[in-house]
Amino acid sequence: MKQFLIFVKKEWLHIWRDRRTLFILLFMPVIQIVLYGFALTNEVKNSKVAIFDQSKDEATTVISNEIAASRYFNLVKNVYSYKDIEATFRKGEIRMAIVFPAGFRYDLLHSNHAQIQLIADASDPNTANTLTNYASSIINDYQQTLHPTEDLPYTIKTQVRMLYNPELKGAYNFVPGVMALVLMLVCAMMTSIAIVKEKEMGTMEVILVSPLRPFRIIIAKTIPYLLVSMLNITSILLLSVYALDVPIVGNLWLLIAESILFTITSLSVGILISNSAKTQQTAMFTSMMSLFLPTLLFAGFMFPIENMPIPLQIISNIVPAKWYFIIVKDVMIKGLGFTAVWKETLILISMTAALLGISIYKFKIRLA
Amino acid sequence: MALNGISFAVEKGEIFGIIGPDGAGKTSLFRILTTLLLADSGSASVDGFNVVKDYKQIRNHVGYMPGRFSLYQDLSVQENLEFFATIFNTSIQENYDLVKEIYQQIEPFKTRKAGQLSGGMKQKLALCCALIHKPSVLFLDEPTTGVDAVSRKEFWEMLFRLKAQGITILVSTPYMDEASLCDRVALIQKGSLLSINTPTSIIREFKKPLWSVRADEMFKLMNELKNDPLIESCYPFGQVHHVVFKTQANSKEKLEHLTKQGNYNHVEVKPIEPGIEDCFMALMKE
Repeated sequence: MKQFLIFVKKEWLHIWRDRRTLFILLFMPVIQIVLYGFALTNEVKNSKVAIFDQSKDEATTVISNEIAASRYFNLVKNVYSYKDIEATFRKGEIRMAIVFPAGFRYDLLHSNHAQIQLIADASDPNTANTLTNYASSIINDYQQTLHPTEDLPYTIKTQVRMLYNPELKGAYNFVPGVMALVLMLVCAMMTSIAIVKEKEMGTMEVILVSPLRPFRIIIAKTIPYLLVSMLNITSILLLSVYALDVPIVGNLWLLIAESILFTITSLSVGILISNSAKTQQTAMFTSMMSLFLPTLLFAGFMFPIENMPIPLQIISNIVPAKWYFIIVKDVMIKGLGFTAVWKETLILISMTAALLGISIYKFKIRLA
Repeated sequence: MALNGISFAVEKGEIFGIIGPDGAGKTSLFRILTTLLLADSGSASVDGFNVVKDYKQIRNHVGYMPGRFSLYQDLSVQENLEFFATIFNTSIQENYDLVKEIYQQIEPFKTRKAGQLSGGMKQKLALCCALIHKPSVLFLDEPTTGVDAVSRKEFWEMLFRLKAQGITILVSTPYMDEASLCDRVALIQKGSLLSINTPTSIIREFKKPLWSVRADEMFKLMNELKNDPLIESCYPFGQVHHVVFKTQANSKEKLEHLTKQGNYNHVEVKPIEPGIEDCFMALMKE
């Protein structure tokens, strides 16, 4: 036991004395969360629109104001001809244009039938779709206010409720994903250099000719990094709540426990990489390259896994981040308890055990 | 480096030197004996344990100091020693006697990081770390390479003290002058053993006449000597050339004749006793 503790202490001194690296390890996640949290988003917000109002009556003014007040739209321009609209689109100044025909209110009140034209830039089809939907719902709201009491016979009204995320904030989906991505990358990178560093410095040669056994070396190497990772988990959760406005609905301790579990999984991935890498650079590069893309693709927060071809869906199962992403969404966003995530937890535990097992088994007890 | 047909036995409590130039295979040999490398064929045992089968026991009992400085550079002198004591399930206090005389020399710097020590001090610390668990066999791979002459002398004095404590020491070195300090030496060249014996016996086996020659045009002299049919070999040795004759006869006359013929000035010719280096040169030729 003393043998084990002194190894942990030694590892801790390595981390503690290399202040620059420690600083990077603690601040990289903060920067990544902020960067990815704000930049990696497909949410439609403040889209620029132009209005071509040929009627200029009470109704068009109200609708225009509603559109301008919405947080989805940003009214940048009034245009005065169709030609103008096209020119503005071409310049890329707007994503959508709204056209009110002449005599809009008159038509609405007298012939019960008025038209509004929505012209959207469909070079990005998803955004165009979302924008026209938002605009239509604003227009419908206005229509409702015109006949608040009148019940039309035989109408079906759909009532939509957006569960867990009523405001449809993209952050609710992205924050758990970014948490998974950042923890995976940072933790794996930390340990990936741990063993290979001893090989490079020549110290491996000495500690091999000692009573130390691979099991203890590997476990002792992960523990100090686990402490650093716990600080990272704390900063990531604080940032999620206070900077990205994603509240923790479920049990905080369950969330922390699951995060620690995922951290250990990631650290084990790093150890495995470190075992087979020859130099610190290779180790670092391998952990960045081989983890970033699969995590981004298969965690499920960028691209829905259900829409992928079957082989890719199967591959996604071996990406630990996928399971952590599910857990965080369930616990943090939906507020579910352990009973809802025990299966995913078990998968992460088995993955960790397997990774550590392989690392210990493959640990080179000799130099070549 | 491929080792070939190496076989030797080291007595308990002796200082056994592996002497050979860079690239002779000394480090590979040490790594095989310390269980760090597997030999393609053959077997070896250390302290009664087989290097392949019982590698764990060997790792518990031997002390190994690699040729390259292999301690933690970012840990202090004391932290390094404490670390190595603890991983061998012992403490500095327990075996302090063993390392005392060496450790006292670096103790004033015990809070200094190992990476900031001078070459000699690094070697002393490394020796302390390899010794702290009272190993039965100590493997020192080129411990004095890159160390100044005074530190080298001190280092060997330490080895004698350790030997007095009953520790078997295997030491490799490229320096011939250190060979005579060992109880027995093995001369190694290109992966093969040339000879194993006590330094005095190795020298005694050198029977051919050996001369030291000095003149003003050393390079020209060397070429002429090398081309003479009576001379077996000629090699530079510091300020002089060492000349080995094939037979006893007329060697002095031959040398005098040669130097006179070539119009050399400041000629100095004298017979000398062979040193270990001369033996090594001769063995290398065979």
